[in-house]
Amino acid sequence: MPSDRVLATVPLEHVLILGAILFVVGLYLALGKRNAIGVLMGIELMLNAVNVTLLGFSRFVVSPRPLDGQVFAVFIITVAAAEAAVALALAVAIYRHRETVNLDEIDLLRW
Amino acid sequence: MIDQTAVVVAFYVIAASTVACALMVAAVRNLVHAVLFLVLTFVGVAGIYVVLSADFVAVAQVLIYAGAISVLLTFAIMLTPGADRRNSETVYQGPAFVLAGLLLAVIVFVVYDTDWRIAGRGEFAVTAAELGRAFFKPYIVPFEVASVLLVAAMVGAIVLTREEADDAF
Repeated sequence: MPSDRVLATVPLEHVLILGAILFVVGLYLALGKRNAIGVLMGIELMLNAVNVTLLGFSRFVVSPRPLDGQVFAVFIITVAAAEAAVALALAVAIYRHRETVNLDEIDLLRW
Repeated sequence: MIDQTAVVVAFYVIAASTVACALMVAAVRNLVHAVLFLVLTFVGVAGIYVVLSADFVAVAQVLIYAGAISVLLTFAIMLTPGADRRNSETVYQGPAFVLAGLLLAVIVFVVYDTDWRIAGRGEFAVTAAELGRAFFKPYIVPFEVASVLLVAAMVGAIVLTREEADDAF
């Protein structure tokens, strides 16, 4: 489907900028939120943003194996699921011992 | 597919609503509402995947992120009933905001400064069969490692949350 036939098209740059905005919002959540579950939401958002970028490259950039970006995206989803399960289990375990999941109150190892 | 006007309009509408929902995750003052907005963000990202002709990944996104991970997050919030649910920020809010803004500026500059060598390739046909072949031919080792990782994470989550009289911690 040649892209010069039609007027409107989504350029790769806009996909990348969408991914950048989502990543930046996730970074702000991960660094700034007090609740550990809020931080985890930020990390999930960052992983999603990376997936948007990977799929954008996979769709637009010509390569001998164009589906590799989608394969990477599936692997990222897998790792994100494992990470979310372990991190939320950690949050629940910490809550059981300290009655809080606020990250500025979990400062046992702080000097 | 991406050249059709309706799809282009759909991309920008979905992108705008996804970004708005992501900002609401940071803005709302209730952690449960933040999870609900995060689910909306995940569904919006799945829509972006469909526009980028990644049908299998879009379905996996809806199943795993909008389904499983959001349920996990809700469970974690409900299992910490006495914890602070105000979705407030620490003292690092200001530096985090500045850092996020700087990073966004750098990425936008790099995106427009780079020659991406796009050659107008068409969209993919159905990707699930090709993805399956990729998983079992060139990516067989990472595929198996991922399954081991999932088992390890599952066992680890069970061990961490198990109630015991004499805990290891």
